[in-house]
Amino acid sequence: MRKRWSKKAILKSWKKNWLVYVFWLPAVVYIAVLCYAPMYGVQIAFRNYRIADGFFGSEWVGLKWFRKFFDSPRFWLILKNTLTVSLYSLVVGFPAPVFLALAMNNIKNLKYKKFAQTITYMPHFISTVVLVGMMHVMFSPRSGVVNTILSWIGLSGNYFFMGEPRYYIHMYVWSGIWQDMGWNSIIYMAALAGTDQSLHEAARIDGANKWQRMWNIDLPGIMPIICIMLIMQFGNIMSVGYEKVYLMQNALNSRQSEVISTYVYKIGLLKREYSYSTAIGLFNSVINFGMVISMNKVIKKISGNGLW
Amino acid sequence: MKKTKRRMKRSWDDRSFDLAANGFLFFIVVIVFYPLWFVLMASFSNPVYVNSGDALLLPKGFTLTGYKKVMNDFRIWRGYANTLIYVAGGMLLGTCMTVMAGFAASRKDVFGNTVLKKAFLFTMYFGGGTIPTYMVIQKLGLLDTRILMCILGSFSTYNMIVTRSFMESSIPEELYDAATIDGCGIGNYFLKVVLPLSKAIIAVMVLYIAVGHWNSYFDAMLYLVDEKKEPLQLYLRQVLVASQAKAGEASAADMALAQEMRDAAAVIKYAIIVVSTVPILCFYPFVQKYFVKGVMIGAVKG
Repeated sequence: MRKRWSKKAILKSWKKNWLVYVFWLPAVVYIAVLCYAPMYGVQIAFRNYRIADGFFGSEWVGLKWFRKFFDSPRFWLILKNTLTVSLYSLVVGFPAPVFLALAMNNIKNLKYKKFAQTITYMPHFISTVVLVGMMHVMFSPRSGVVNTILSWIGLSGNYFFMGEPRYYIHMYVWSGIWQDMGWNSIIYMAALAGTDQSLHEAARIDGANKWQRMWNIDLPGIMPIICIMLIMQFGNIMSVGYEKVYLMQNALNSRQSEVISTYVYKIGLLKREYSYSTAIGLFNSVINFGMVISMNKVIKKISGNGLW
Repeated sequence: MKKTKRRMKRSWDDRSFDLAANGFLFFIVVIVFYPLWFVLMASFSNPVYVNSGDALLLPKGFTLTGYKKVMNDFRIWRGYANTLIYVAGGMLLGTCMTVMAGFAASRKDVFGNTVLKKAFLFTMYFGGGTIPTYMVIQKLGLLDTRILMCILGSFSTYNMIVTRSFMESSIPEELYDAATIDGCGIGNYFLKVVLPLSKAIIAVMVLYIAVGHWNSYFDAMLYLVDEKKEPLQLYLRQVLVASQAKAGEASAADMALAQEMRDAAAVIKYAIIVVSTVPILCFYPFVQKYFVKGVMIGAVKG
């Protein structure tokens, strides 16, 4: 695929396509300033950054901050929390949209199907702040709807879902499923629509029932997509976003809820330990990057073409 | 005889499948829909009934107290105005950048395009992190400015790739050849051929960026100091979430008690949620197909 550029070809391309670079320009500026400049600035992770000393004047300390992080008792806790949240989300959150798509695909009534899609996609557009706010009011002890319903079936109805640490992870994961299950099913719906309908026809004539057809036609049909999605999720296993975690954190559950990204924010911008925070962030980015690269290799091996 | 028996068996199996699939789907629809419905309904109901569980399905003790309080809360309207500014600015900036870069990336035989594309792709998977980004923005003197709120998050490599895929797959390269033979430059080709043919993807981008800007709060929390510039979500966070979590080192029981007292004020919260979310949710069914389209195009290219 690689093209060799001779001087003449470059000149010709420039003459013909110079305007293309103008089209690139705004995005290149954006990326350069907001992505590449910070990448350059990441070297403060290896320095002892102090505002008075300036960016380059700060003393070079090598891996000091990384060592500090690995040695701190927080390290294992945060790592454990990050992995637990990811794996839990993966195990229960990954199959949900697949099931939803399979169920949706079976609906023949187009109006109902459209309605079900509209409803299940909807929560995706609710902001994280509103989602967590809704959880606070609906799950509040005694007066929240959930506790009211629980008290009807004979439970105490006084569960403090949003406060007590032991509920935290379930609340986090299941609210995520609630919000994105429908949206994530779109891709499987598309794949299902693309499966060969003549296979279904043939199988029906041969006497296969719907269970068998789902198992032997639909599932194999969307298997490639499932594999790719799964591998991509694995690549993201160390990156748990801070937005929702930060909103759901409180004084009681911080031991359960602290993940790398929220810790970076707290150390850096609240405690103002710039270098330390950058080092932790860099550690996380490097692992994420390695994961994504290796997962892409796996995808390439399986499906023949990777993500890029 | 045997044949009918088998057919009966099959139809029973089919029916059990229908039952399972429809039951599951119905369950999911209810689970997803109910919280949304509950919030809407509770916002119109007397809090006493809501708290006692008498208004779980239909509003009871109709009241507009919550909405009246919301009406009088000027921070909500200020937040609204700010958010609209940020959404509009971000939409304009982001869509221009995305569509232009997507077009540039879709051009073939351009020196340096491969390298540029790779450089963009790299940013999807690796970044400098919170602090270095913060310091760059500080250096540029953009801290606590409205323009920053418009800029941040307006461009993403993912959106650019989706745009490029759309253009590559739905605008035949022959059109470009034909246009250039007729003496049309790239600029004109973009304006007169690509833009009209890319309406669908432009709509997708406008919507993605708009929703992203509407819903984000963390950037505002990081980079804004001046309360006058706060977007709606930041204020919502204060009202809906922070007031709950700020019980300090209180014990679970204390927090629960404090929570209960605050529940009296819950009706305002329901109203705030409705007021802040309804614009997006009302708008969304009409443009749903565009969103879905975006996901599909994105899926093709990973």
